Amino acid sequence: MSGFRSLRALVLGLGLMAGATPALAAGEGVSLPDTRFSFDGLFGHFDRASAQRGFQVYKEVCASCHSMHLLSYRNLRQLGLSEAEVAGIAATVQVMDGPNDEGQMVERPGRASDRFKSPFANEQAARSANNGAYPPDLSVITKAREGGADYIHALLVGYEDPPPGVQVADGMHYNRYFAGHQIAMPQPINSEGQVEYHDGTKATVEQMVRDVTQFLTWAAEPELEERKAMGVKIIIFLTILGGLAYAVKRKVWHDVH
Amino acid sequence: MATGLHKSDFQNPVIRWVDARLPVFTMMQKEYGTFPTPRNFNYFWNFGALAMVNLVIMIATGIFLAMNYTAHTGMAFDSVERIMRDVNYGWLLRYAHANGASMFFIVVYIHIFRGLYYGSYKAPRELLWMIGVVIFLLMMATAFMGYVLPWGQMSFWGATVITNLFSAFPLVGESIVTWLWGGFSVDNPTLNRFFSLHYLMPFVIFGVVFLHVAALHITGSNNPLGIDPKGPQDTVPFHPYYTAKDSVGLVVYFIVFAVLVFFFPNLLGHADNYIPANPLVTPPHIVPEWYFLPFYAILRAVPDKLGGVLLMFGSIAILFVLPWLDTSPVRSMRFRPLARPFFAVWCLCFLVLLYVGGKPPEEPFVTIARVATAYYFLYFLVILPLLGRLERPLPLPESIARPVLRGGGPLPAGAMSKPMEKA
Repeated sequence: MSGFRSLRALVLGLGLMAGATPALAAGEGVSLPDTRFSFDGLFGHFDRASAQRGFQVYKEVCASCHSMHLLSYRNLRQLGLSEAEVAGIAATVQVMDGPNDEGQMVERPGRASDRFKSPFANEQAARSANNGAYPPDLSVITKAREGGADYIHALLVGYEDPPPGVQVADGMHYNRYFAGHQIAMPQPINSEGQVEYHDGTKATVEQMVRDVTQFLTWAAEPELEERKAMGVKIIIFLTILGGLAYAVKRKVWHDVH
Repeated sequence: MATGLHKSDFQNPVIRWVDARLPVFTMMQKEYGTFPTPRNFNYFWNFGALAMVNLVIMIATGIFLAMNYTAHTGMAFDSVERIMRDVNYGWLLRYAHANGASMFFIVVYIHIFRGLYYGSYKAPRELLWMIGVVIFLLMMATAFMGYVLPWGQMSFWGATVITNLFSAFPLVGESIVTWLWGGFSVDNPTLNRFFSLHYLMPFVIFGVVFLHVAALHITGSNNPLGIDPKGPQDTVPFHPYYTAKDSVGLVVYFIVFAVLVFFFPNLLGHADNYIPANPLVTPPHIVPEWYFLPFYAILRAVPDKLGGVLLMFGSIAILFVLPWLDTSPVRSMRFRPLARPFFAVWCLCFLVLLYVGGKPPEEPFVTIARVATAYYFLYFLVILPLLGRLERPLPLPESIARPVLRGGGPLPAGAMSKPMEKA
């Protein structure tokens, strides 16, 4: 009996510890609207069509300021793009390579193995072009913000007029979900049809925001599908193993009790 | 048998040949096979074995991570992300390693609580306990340095805050900090030495764990009743009884571990650590990893920096002298009706400190932290020494076998119905 009691205490203790943790990192500010994404939950997976559209939004809107230097064009294969499509996308940029045999740096069209080309040469160039603000690299952005994908979604739809009495500094914009509410980035996704989707999906602001959030989550956690699928299998395996281990234990202890 | 050879009991000729010259098989058989172990362990006694397994997991995953990691301020962050993306099962290695650290502390905290509740630190196990405290300190140092390696914002600023604690010491403080850093700020030399030490320390821990186990096998294990086994009727051989019982705990441990790694890999981490370290931008709240929060709360509970640092180190140092602070001859709190509620409050204080350690240093958290800190020390310095004199313990059972066999006296096996296991 006491074995069971202590086991329960243990589970309770673990729960307490785990429960204490999200609270200690809870950021300031407003609660985020709950968005249900395909990658949530135990069996979460990426909606490839949405992520492909999201890549288009990134390419046509975000990429003018934000780099994603941890991704390579070849990674897009995982979203269902063909080898030829990926090669075509990569070839649209010019990449500095070299030095060649003459010691010269040369520009060449991008290859699938190249990293996403960054919009600015360095942080100083990025700041100078953006009124002193530095547009962060988006490679792992959903992991780097409290609230993850929900936060990114909320931020992108959170632009609104400042409440009366709130003075927004020059070159800043009011955002309901940004810490301190004043953000240097102007509302990036702001009008219906801003991006023309090839698959006929209607490009509402909410649709574009959801798509780009889907894409950014994939970019930050490309292993998510494999991880969750493996997790389900391992938990099932361990549950059965646990049952067997417990049965063995009962059997072994049978004559002692 | 030639002189100088060990007299081996093994039948297999190869094993026998080796065992006669190097009796490792005899040793394993003695220490993990027939080793007489109290028959009444509950599942809290799983956690020593779990900690051992956890250490092996950390070393195994860590070695493969080190093969793909670059200890340079300009490359560390990206090299970790490359592990996540391009190394085969790199994400699994890294998430297992990062969450393995959390699991290690969960396991060790429960292991320590077990020792506190059942009086495992009392004679004759004082040195065994003290070696355990050394392991805990080494673990903390190792975990701290490991958290610096990904070179994210919390890595950098955590390292800056924690190393700066040493500047509180008068006269030599600043020099110590410069010496730790290998420069005048947390920078590349710091990262390099932390990587080197982070790789070294687990093997030091392994050595000290060996001493911990060696000492354990001299005194034998404590048990939930806290009384010594009086004969063979009170013990069972370690194998198969406790190998079987530890296996159950091990699978439960793996399930918790798997839930973290596969479904909430970043739950116990901090989002800011996915932002590359930037010495020019301070995060709004610098918090250490969750397992340091109780001690971080004690540090911040004191308005004076040096006082805070001393109290924080003191909160662990006090465990070294615990065997002599607790004056009660009774080990298990099952028989200490007064000590039990005081200990429960102490556990609560520990969890409260864990909670407020992650909160910004403002009211009401500061006051709560101070009250909890005061009780933390009061419990060791005043309550335990006094209780030994004032408390009237419940009568101890005559032997381990008696209460286990309920009715008293040996019964034929299977004579009692037992719907539940009751180890």
